[in-house]
Amino acid sequence: MSDKPPRCFQDVILTLQAYWAGQGCAILQPYDEQVGAGTLHPATTLRALGPKPWRAAYVQPSRRPKDGRYGENPNRLQHYYQFQVILKPNPPDLQQLYLNSLVRIGIDPLLHDIRFVEDDWENPTVGAWGLGWEVWCDGMEVSQYTYFQQVGGLDVRPVSGELTYGLERLAMYVFGVDRVFDLPFNDPDSPCPLTYGDVFLENERQQSRFNFELSDPDMNLRWFNDAEATAKRLLEAGAVLPAFDYTLKASHLFNLLDARGVVSPTERQSFIARVRDLAKGCAGAWAESQQ
Amino acid sequence: MPQLLLELFSEEIPARMQKRAEEDLARLFGERLKAAGLEAKGLRTFSSPRRLGLAIDDLPAKAADVSEEKKGPRVGAPEQAVQGFLKSAGLSSIDQAQIVEDKKGAFYVARIGRAGRATAAIVQEIAPEIVRAFPWPKSMRSGASDLTWVRPLHNVLCLFDGAPVKIEIDGVGVKPETWGHRFHAPGPIKPKDFADYAARLRGANVLIDREERKAIILEQARALCAAKGLELVEDVGLLEEVAGLVEWPVVLLGEMDPAFLDLPGEVIRLSMRTHQKYFAVRDPKAQKLAPHFIVVANVEAKDGGKAIAAGNARVLSARLNDARFFWDADRKTPLYTEARREKLKQIVFHQKLGSVWGKVERVKALARELAPVVWAQHGPPAFPPAGAFATESAFVAAVERAAELCKMDLVTETVGEFPELQGQVGRQLYLLELNAEPPRGEGEQVAQAIEDHYRPLGPNDRVPSDPVAVALALADKLDTLVGFWAIDEKPTGSSDPYALRRAALGVVRMLVGAGIRLPLSESAFRAVRAFVNVVMTTTTTHETVEGPHGPGTATITVSRTAFEAEELVRDLLAFLADRLKVQLRDQGKRHDLVDAVFAPNPVTKEVDDDLVRIVARVEALDAFLKTEDGANLLAGYKRAANILAAEEKKGKGLAAADIAAGLDAKLLAEPAEKALYEALEKALPAARAAVEKEDFAAAMKALSGLRSPVDAFFDKVLVNAPEEEIRRNRLLLLSRFREALSAVADFSKIEG
Repeated sequence: MSDKPPRCFQDVILTLQAYWAGQGCAILQPYDEQVGAGTLHPATTLRALGPKPWRAAYVQPSRRPKDGRYGENPNRLQHYYQFQVILKPNPPDLQQLYLNSLVRIGIDPLLHDIRFVEDDWENPTVGAWGLGWEVWCDGMEVSQYTYFQQVGGLDVRPVSGELTYGLERLAMYVFGVDRVFDLPFNDPDSPCPLTYGDVFLENERQQSRFNFELSDPDMNLRWFNDAEATAKRLLEAGAVLPAFDYTLKASHLFNLLDARGVVSPTERQSFIARVRDLAKGCAGAWAESQQ
Repeated sequence: MPQLLLELFSEEIPARMQKRAEEDLARLFGERLKAAGLEAKGLRTFSSPRRLGLAIDDLPAKAADVSEEKKGPRVGAPEQAVQGFLKSAGLSSIDQAQIVEDKKGAFYVARIGRAGRATAAIVQEIAPEIVRAFPWPKSMRSGASDLTWVRPLHNVLCLFDGAPVKIEIDGVGVKPETWGHRFHAPGPIKPKDFADYAARLRGANVLIDREERKAIILEQARALCAAKGLELVEDVGLLEEVAGLVEWPVVLLGEMDPAFLDLPGEVIRLSMRTHQKYFAVRDPKAQKLAPHFIVVANVEAKDGGKAIAAGNARVLSARLNDARFFWDADRKTPLYTEARREKLKQIVFHQKLGSVWGKVERVKALARELAPVVWAQHGPPAFPPAGAFATESAFVAAVERAAELCKMDLVTETVGEFPELQGQVGRQLYLLELNAEPPRGEGEQVAQAIEDHYRPLGPNDRVPSDPVAVALALADKLDTLVGFWAIDEKPTGSSDPYALRRAALGVVRMLVGAGIRLPLSESAFRAVRAFVNVVMTTTTTHETVEGPHGPGTATITVSRTAFEAEELVRDLLAFLADRLKVQLRDQGKRHDLVDAVFAPNPVTKEVDDDLVRIVARVEALDAFLKTEDGANLLAGYKRAANILAAEEKKGKGLAAADIAAGLDAKLLAEPAEKALYEALEKALPAARAAVEKEDFAAAMKALSGLRSPVDAFFDKVLVNAPEEEIRRNRLLLLSRFREALSAVADFSKIEG
């Protein structure tokens, strides 16, 4: 399939996986914690730290409770996929490698307008930032391209190049679809052709209800405190990876609280600072273990 | 002379940084070359997304030779001293030194000649240093390299006199090559010199001159619009940015669904500009936006740009769909809802100054008090009549209504998405509400006030002109100023995070522009009182003491910061006065005249706080001093003041008791001093009465009557009379003359 242009959502994923496998990346699977972005997979957040070379690529389902629109908005989802690539150190020709991947999914740079537009990436909850661009294709942001400079408040040496493809958006663009739920998910000629809506529309409806109406803020606050305490305890015990899991749990619980609108602006800063402290703790301990 | 070409080839440089980077590169190279003894003629810079560079047409092949004389010890000095000299001068034998005689005897002198270094060697040394320390606003490392640059730096091309200069920077290529357009002509190019470089890049779809790219974009965009009978909505800032996003501009006209045109025009333009970097297009006949946009691509697409235009149109539709979602949600309710009010209570205006709703309540209270002053204004015709309002109370009610509504849109979805549209969204929503609910007249003024109370947004922005908006804007800005003064967050020379200078200048421009006679100290005290009554009673402790301007104004405790209300108001007035001074100076008014009017009255020590009157005084004074009478009177004033000051210096000046006793008319002997005395007796009350009536021209005219008696006095009368009594009396006469002029300004501040 890799020579033919993709025809459906999953083709885009398979094409990218095959392409980046060809660049020497380990093809990983999604991390089994609820996260807001593919960057939070330990394969990126933690592996960006320390001197050891690393190349990986994976799909990561991302949950952003506040972005739920009950399946009624053509572009916004509270659960969607990102395709994440990390190369450490970034090879000098990373831009070209990235552009080649776009060609693979069917974007011809002499037919479309590909642009690198300044966008400095920052994730305050994990104390990470980098410089790079949004990559535009005919005015549509199809990827985020970042050279990591800090993670968990620590300088990264060497620098990693990180690519995040917004898979739904990219696929909508490539297939000329205006409503995400109309995307062909599998081969349209399959005996059982499925759209993105067939797979996820009901999930968007129910999860949006949960995020905005049914989640239990009191319980989530208790769980947040428990997750925070557990992460700290695990860090003290030198168990960085489990501590990182509980940091991710705390981060997601905060997002759920935020979606219910129960977090005032001042409290918001304090929640973010608490998660950042955990993330910094994990990053520091991990970086030390890598020396 | 030989030419230098330098190109730093990198990944995409942010558009907003390119122009500044060119300036920095020119400055740093110029400085370093000069320091190395090289004069750079014809230095020019260029930049595009992927390259930053410089060319110098005329650079000497080597720096000038330097010869230096080094003075050594006396002839016959101890051997140790001679050896030390040889070492420091780099000589091997004392025979190489010359002997020079001067008054003190014979000395050894070493003449050291140093040949100027080759320019290539100098460039080789300074270029890496400039690159390593380049002042990018933000820079980064890449891979395992230690170099920081704005984005990964790939190659440094450096040619001097046609020959490659190897610029060594770790991890960066040093090929004497460049590369063309990323997609059209990615192959390497080996240029001979700058002209060849520019020409061959042009052949490889790269225009290195940003001014040329800007001109092409503008020209093509105008032409595309004109071909459809439309016109481009020009935007200088956007043009600059877009020219930094492309190496080969290709301008395309895109179409959008006309159904989006029912969104507020500001929303459409902002969506286009900030998110997509499109130019808006206007239909000149319909006087509104056309369902088109201009996008600048970086590629000459195989299909002529059809796919690019269509793709961009789809992205814009998605954006506008989002905007429509927010707009439709917002317009479901009237502008004022309890839910929005509750949200405003949650938004912190400033940690120490309470919520945005708290501000609304203060502004409303202050606006209620200021509105009658604005209503009473029937000044210059530039200020329109108070519009649809039949009575003052109807006008005041409208101002209060506008105050209640003016911050409501801060919690709308549309402003959440487009914060730049604060005020405009409120106005639009209120207009929609009025449509459903006629009559409109007063309402339109309220709607305009909601938008305009933020104005002026900068020195070039218009000031509110409608009286409702003026009253509201004054109250909003005075509240802000007093609040930040109260918590001691005043602007400093380098930092003004709350834009307080802009707020103060706004107050000045509104008052002076519309001729509104607002006694500022009183208004500022009212603003202080609004803080006391609305916020402080509920959030902090406060103390109310009877002050000169009524109760509630003396001492207030804000978040444990005590301040004297008097002190605060005085300081704030001085700040406002400074803004007016700056403005008057910018308008070309002589700064010394401004100072003369702003100075406290030398006799009464009173400070004028009516900006309109201050401006009138400056103008009258300016006109008066341009007349012969005025100029002579000023000369007379200077002479009188000098004499008084000189006597004071000698310890023979007037004592307070002398001034209190006043001059004795009986002691006036000479006709010229009698004449001056009589002229003063006439002019002084006349000038004072005219000042009272604010007829400053008449006041100046009254004073001009003093000109010939003063001239005659200095001609004919000897101030330093031998008799002490007469001398003192004459000094008193001069002092009285000085006082007369003080009625209109402090003449001591005037130059000339």
